[in-house]
Amino acid sequence: MDQIIVQILNGLDKGSAYALIALGLTLIFGTLGVVNFAHGALFMMGAFCAVVTSKILSSSHKVVDETRTDFLGNPLEVDVFYMQDWFGETAGAAIMDWAVPLAILVSIPVMILIGFIMERGLIKHFYKRPHADQILVTFGLAIVMGEVIKYYFGANPIQTPAPEALSGRVDFGVWLGYGPNAIVYPMWRLVYFFFSASIIAAVFAFLQFTTFGMVVRAGMADRETVGLLGIDIDKRFTFMFGLAAAVAGIAGVMYAPIVSPAYTMGMDWLVLSFVVVVVGGMGSLPGAVLAGFVLGIIESFASMPGVVNLLPGINQIIIYVVAIAILLIRPRGLMGRKGVMED
Amino acid sequence: MTDQTTQTPIAAASASSSKGGMFGLAAKDTTLFLVVIGLVIFAPFILNPFPEGSAMAQFNAGYPDLMQRFVIFGILAIGFNILFGLTGYLSFGHAAFLGVGSYAAIWSLKLFTLNVIPAILFAIVVGGFFAWVIGKISLKRSGIYFSILTLAFAQMSFAMAYSVLTPITGGETGLQIKNTDNPLIGGPTDGSIGRANLFGAEMGNSFELGIGNWVFTFNLGYYIAAFAMIVAFYLSIRIFRSPFGIMLRAVKSNQNRMNYTGLTPKVYTLYAFVISGMYAGLAGGLMVAMDTQVGPERMFWTASGEIVIMTILGGAGTLIGPVLGAGSIKYMENILSKINKDVLHQWFAMLPDGLEDVVVEFAYIFVGKQWHFTLGIVFMLVVIFLPGGLVEGAQRVSARFGRKKKATDTTDNSASTSAE
Amino acid sequence: MAILSVKGVNKRFGGLQALGDVNLDVVENTCHAIIGPNGAGKSTLLNVLVGKLIPDSGSVVFDGQSVLGRQPHEINQMGISRVFQTPEIFADLTVMENMLIPCFAKRDGAFRMHAIESVRHEKDMIEKAESMLAEVNMLDKREMTASSMSRGDKRRLEMAMCLVQEPRLLLLDEPTAGMARADTENTIELLKTIRKERGLTMAIIEHDMNVVFSLADRITVLAQGMPLVEDTPDNIKGHPKVREAYLGEAQV
Repeated sequence: MDQIIVQILNGLDKGSAYALIALGLTLIFGTLGVVNFAHGALFMMGAFCAVVTSKILSSSHKVVDETRTDFLGNPLEVDVFYMQDWFGETAGAAIMDWAVPLAILVSIPVMILIGFIMERGLIKHFYKRPHADQILVTFGLAIVMGEVIKYYFGANPIQTPAPEALSGRVDFGVWLGYGPNAIVYPMWRLVYFFFSASIIAAVFAFLQFTTFGMVVRAGMADRETVGLLGIDIDKRFTFMFGLAAAVAGIAGVMYAPIVSPAYTMGMDWLVLSFVVVVVGGMGSLPGAVLAGFVLGIIESFASMPGVVNLLPGINQIIIYVVAIAILLIRPRGLMGRKGVMED
Repeated sequence: MTDQTTQTPIAAASASSSKGGMFGLAAKDTTLFLVVIGLVIFAPFILNPFPEGSAMAQFNAGYPDLMQRFVIFGILAIGFNILFGLTGYLSFGHAAFLGVGSYAAIWSLKLFTLNVIPAILFAIVVGGFFAWVIGKISLKRSGIYFSILTLAFAQMSFAMAYSVLTPITGGETGLQIKNTDNPLIGGPTDGSIGRANLFGAEMGNSFELGIGNWVFTFNLGYYIAAFAMIVAFYLSIRIFRSPFGIMLRAVKSNQNRMNYTGLTPKVYTLYAFVISGMYAGLAGGLMVAMDTQVGPERMFWTASGEIVIMTILGGAGTLIGPVLGAGSIKYMENILSKINKDVLHQWFAMLPDGLEDVVVEFAYIFVGKQWHFTLGIVFMLVVIFLPGGLVEGAQRVSARFGRKKKATDTTDNSASTSAE
Repeated sequence: MAILSVKGVNKRFGGLQALGDVNLDVVENTCHAIIGPNGAGKSTLLNVLVGKLIPDSGSVVFDGQSVLGRQPHEINQMGISRVFQTPEIFADLTVMENMLIPCFAKRDGAFRMHAIESVRHEKDMIEKAESMLAEVNMLDKREMTASSMSRGDKRRLEMAMCLVQEPRLLLLDEPTAGMARADTENTIELLKTIRKERGLTMAIIEHDMNVVFSLADRITVLAQGMPLVEDTPDNIKGHPKVREAYLGEAQV
């Protein structure tokens, strides 16, 4: 039993990331009718917002410390962090330590801006073109974004630690009434899960309870009719693109401590999250979230040592196997509607 | 004029009734085919226009390794174009067929004979069979679902080649010919590592011709691959001009009408898929014949993406486009990526120092290790402004300069936009 | 002799009875019109005939063979061609290529791997397509891309594509819907000429009473999925039940 709980927990953080990216992809597809192959790149951009924020916050300058000398007797030069200069020893250290959560504040405006520029500058010209063209142009954009990141940050993954206070381990089993050390789980992953869950809830609440959200949902269901009502949905859809970019972005920021960001992550995540969207059903928001978590958890079960011994390599291919099976058995995915993306 | 796209079979029919072509091709196709043959045969000259030791010598592409890649990736793109260009089905998993073709070929070299002919044939058969299996399943769906299914199958093949199938694929390290291999027919007896050959002549055999400061290399491996490409290109012209080719374009245009005309679009598409899988298998087999090694990364989905980019860059649905696309990308990859900061500093040495640094920094974004950045930008520009790829670009240019052909150009353009 | 006979066909969509006990006989060398107000089940019936829908009960027999459970392409190969409400043609291809496809389908069946043969050597097929194009006055448009033509031309092309297959039965689904008056007249003339020259059997679904009465030999009136009456055009015109269900609405 505890093994099962461990695996479910392990699946949750990856599942949350899948769900968040798939949610954004579905929002874009459902509202704008655009298949965005650059969505994984937006996730990567978010992760690099965390990298940049943490670099900026930990920038320092050299100061000569008169009280200490090096082994040659010269005065010692020490690095002094600006944060500590400005906010004092303790507060400055805390700010640097909490760089990743703080990066969320940075990433939201940055990602919304990137989203706006992308939509107004590029995507908008592709509404009337075939899906294949949309895939191709956003695929090209994804390559470009990846290369830009590589140019400035190099090809190697950059470690971006979580705050000290949140990077320990939680003895999860004790909470559930198991003995100590039965189920130990990294704290940050738990944080990631709860954070993602609240973002997902916020997006759904936004769509459910605001007038704006209602119009968007109506537009997703039947774009032409809503257009006939005289509502300018295009503007709202531009905003939705920004929102989807921001969701992908903060998903990336928070994921940076789990897997060190590298320029390849955009493409790696894109393939998987597309599989997630298709499994969930093109155009279905709950489907995207459900499929994200289901696939994340299935993947984690497939990585159990027992399973891998029995079927070597299964952990690598399980998502694809599930996706192929679902597409063939339920062609519209888990929760897909009729008539979406069909010939 | 390069309007093979738009040259309809029927127009070709009326054109050829007066003046016939060769090889069973219409006159215009014959010209194109002869031009391609000429370019391929004289590539060692054409691609080496700069004398050895000159500053421009780094732009020479006439060395065997690169020329082999030109034609091998040309084959790959020609095959992909038969699927995507004609039927419009966008496969994002074609690298899988390239990979299985390569594995098949290396096993033929290791176990059967070091002669490349059986290896290449075996690669074609295995590539085609693999495509049949994947196509049969993936073609149950269309549109983006088809793309995702092919992508999923290819990624699965990659992951399996990497892990479960290690006994067959050599896992992460891949497979090479080893001195412990003992092929059924004619392996080396002295314990040395066998080399792939054609009835005894090794792929690496080259003949160098020096004329003045120029050195031209004629490599056996290249000419074998080039021969394969010429055959592949010829077959693709035949397919484009055949009733089968019309049917494939009908698949792209209107499957509903096909059904109600008593035809089975899915079966036609499956055959196109298998044919393009065989082309990919052939390319994989040739790769192995040239460098006798293979690793799973050949099947990674970025490799599939590269095939897509090549075909579209050159002009999907046109005859010569995929070859142009493959050539330009492989040229960019090899030449652009060799340009480093030192080279740039040499070029811009005449500028004042400060300016020189700025210009070099800026130019460096586009070359060296970042050449993919240039690729991405060029690819996006093509998709946005030139959906018909380089071929459409050439048509537009010739339309602007050749006024008297105005009437034909208008029909060309309408047809080439529909062929995007 | 009836070439197509529909017996006791029922089709329900959830709670809606789309077709209730439909019986219909299309006699060879006649034009049989199926009319009725919107939602009468005309399109459902047509979709049953071409294999797109499978009825809950009943039988559809074409030339002694059941069509039920067959795919649209198999039914076409049996000799039924269909003209759609909005012309379904190969928009990216030229007119000539559009014509050749049904020619090949007729000769080679549902699939043939003729990948090496050259189209321009298919002299018979080209001739056949050309003579059909001449018949519909489109020979001068043979190299045009189909999508660039007017709607009326697209309609004529679609008909030519169906006719070149020499179908035993031609199904027409509102062939003049959305057409200008002149185009409608042309279409009627075309169909009349072809019938006279080829002795074609037709089943037509139509809203335009002008078209129906100038073409049909027999008319079946559907209302709410049920066949109301079946008779000659003259009798239908005066039929009180039809007036009530349909013609009253259309103010003929």
